[in-house]
Amino acid sequence: MSAPEQRRLIFQHIDEPGYTNDIACYLRNGGYEVLKKSIGRKPEDLIAEVKKSGVRGRGGAGFPCGVKWGLVDRKSGKPIYLIVNADESEPGTFKDRYIMHQDPHQLIEGIMISCFANNVKQAYIYIRGEFPHGARILETAIAEAREQNFVGPDVLGSGYSCEIYVHRGAGAYICGEETGLIESLEGKRAYPRIKPPYFPAVLGLYQCPTIVNNVETLCHVKHIVDMGGDAYTKIGTPNNTGTRIFCVSGHVQRPGYYEFETGKITMGQLLNEVCGGPLPGRKFKAVIPGGSSAKILKFGERFKGKTRAGEEYDWGVEDVPMDFDSLGMIGTMGGSGGVIVMDDSVNMVEALANINAFYAHESCGQCTPCREGSLWMKKITSRMVHGEARVEDGALLKSVADQIPGRTICAFGEACSWPTQSFLAKFGDEFTQYPAAPKSLRPNGATELI
Amino acid sequence: MNLKPDTLKRIDEVIPHYPSKRSATLPLLHLIQEDAGYISPEAIEWIAAKLELEPINVYELVTFYPMFRQQPIGRRHIKVCRTLSCALMGGYKTCATFEKEFNTRAGPGEISPDGEVTVEFVECLASCGTAPVVMIDDELHEKVDAAKAKQLSDQIKAEAGQKKGASRP
Ligand SMILES: NC(=O)C1=CN([C@@H]2O[C@H](COP(=O)(O)OP(=O)(O)OC[C@H]3O[C@@H](n4cnc5c(N)ncnc54)[C@H](O)[C@@H]3O)[C@@H](O)[C@H]2O)C=CC1
Ligand SMILES: Cc1cc2nc3c(=O)[nH]c(=O)nc-3n(C[C@H](O)[C@H](O)[C@H](O)COP(=O)(O)O)c2cc1C
Ligand code: SF4
Ligand code: FES
Repeated sequence: MSAPEQRRLIFQHIDEPGYTNDIACYLRNGGYEVLKKSIGRKPEDLIAEVKKSGVRGRGGAGFPCGVKWGLVDRKSGKPIYLIVNADESEPGTFKDRYIMHQDPHQLIEGIMISCFANNVKQAYIYIRGEFPHGARILETAIAEAREQNFVGPDVLGSGYSCEIYVHRGAGAYICGEETGLIESLEGKRAYPRIKPPYFPAVLGLYQCPTIVNNVETLCHVKHIVDMGGDAYTKIGTPNNTGTRIFCVSGHVQRPGYYEFETGKITMGQLLNEVCGGPLPGRKFKAVIPGGSSAKILKFGERFKGKTRAGEEYDWGVEDVPMDFDSLGMIGTMGGSGGVIVMDDSVNMVEALANINAFYAHESCGQCTPCREGSLWMKKITSRMVHGEARVEDGALLKSVADQIPGRTICAFGEACSWPTQSFLAKFGDEFTQYPAAPKSLRPNGATELI
Repeated sequence: MNLKPDTLKRIDEVIPHYPSKRSATLPLLHLIQEDAGYISPEAIEWIAAKLELEPINVYELVTFYPMFRQQPIGRRHIKVCRTLSCALMGGYKTCATFEKEFNTRAGPGEISPDGEVTVEFVECLASCGTAPVVMIDDELHEKVDAAKAKQLSDQIKAEAGQKKGASRP
């Protein structure tokens, strides 16, 4: 079966010749019409549309956006905040970058509709520090929208007021975790908070109810309200509605971003047809399907089981539909949509050493298993790469990784242990051989990490 | 503190964006680092006084967030992405090229002998599809293989030479 056509909903105008990121261009393309219509509707109706749509969070956890909005504490009497998670920090993920740089008003319209629906008077866009241009573009776009009365006091003469501010991070990955983000926005170190019982929806920024949504999620809201929740469910597949943007990087002919109806394309179609297959003379070896923390898949392995609907499946990596549920069923996740491809030139020990160095650098250090464990995993894989592996290292690595998940404050604990656990489970032979023959295991003759 | 009038203006604009002054710490650190090049002990005291905090509240952010530095760096800041997708496409060779061209080592505290650059090996810059990527000051450069790294280095050197020539009496 050949790959379906792209369905560009969020990326409709990305890379379109002549499309610019100023408000005049956005308005020429029908911009802010959905906001104008929304302001005349009841906020509850807007929330109901988002609930009906079933849209799941595009930040990675896939939690239904409408359900989250339904859990916001509206009786506390405190203000409700909305925070746009524009930290885009998961390695392999680069979709929000293009939305903010090329189509910032789509995001601002989505934010304003979401704020109006939830009676939010103040929204913050938390953007990673490494996007200085992105921050300036958003600030300019907000000023333009303010001038046209789409943002600020008395929006479009409705009596409703809402401000949006841009807040820049400063290079720490953990600021993408929503409670770490909230601490950071309060002017503190980004130490994640313990949840449950209190999710930001109840106690968030300044201990007020807070909605945290990913950039892409909020763009979907605009389209949901535009077409109606029911119509939106017709895009994609049941429980995996709408479109999904895949960010493909690594060893393929055409890396980049591609938007498809969720669940309508398989991994094989994406990599072989859309991305042009492996580099000349190479073969695919492994793929990480949802950002570097997602468990790795090995080409050649098979997955058997029953879907929720009771249908039997027997898939190779190429056959897996790219949606939240299917990737979850085979023991990994769709996560943030970052698909990282590795071919047969890659030494898996070096690849894991690279990932482990990332997590050791980024642990916030609050929880002992994460702080110490991520460092130990890095130390072990790093000495393997440098030809100093010890005989017991494979087992030690596994034991360290197994002791982290479930014992930490935030999901970083899982994020840092899943790569090691899955690399060992699937490419264990490369790790056990390592002490004996480190040099010969470097197919591309590299002398450093990869 | 000797801050530019524009920095002071922007500082006063940003504080009211938040119901709590403390939230303005990160923005103030960014503004002062952009103005002064790095965060000095004096800057920490100044921000604390401005936001009615203790200096430790500011200092602990400077030590937590990788983008803040407590000493000056080279005139140009070259950040090479170290993370997986870039590494797969040759990011380590890119970094090594900059190190060789400027006779320096990658590290936040290192400055090339001519004072021209600080090369840093940083984590994912969220442009993995155009790996390997490099940021030079605020500018992103895509698909920077070793050859392109050499080109960029030559360009930086040429610009430095021009500046020197221009400042000569
Ligand atoms: N986009 C990126 O750059 C990155 C994404 N991730 C993704 O983040 C995911 C983990 O994120 P978490 O926020 O820890 O997941 P989570 O499952 O704890 O929460 C997801 C969202 O649902 C909300 N939520 C869940 N249960 C709730 C309840 N009972 N009441 C109110 N709200 C509720 C949370 O507040 C949050 O906004 C990973 O699966 C990973 O894919 C991780 C790293 C970077
Ligand atoms: C370690 C860690 C890092 C995260 N980084 C990001 C991020 O950069 N961007 C993002 O949108 N969500 C990130 N998340 C997920 C957020 O915590 C949260 O689930 C998300 O912002 C909710 O928005 P959504 O429901 O619209 O997806 C991260 C989670 C963890 C555990
Ligand atoms: S799991 Fe890691 S990153 Fe998360 S709070 Fe604990 S130490 Fe910090
Ligand atoms: S890995 Fe280099 S930009 Fe993401």
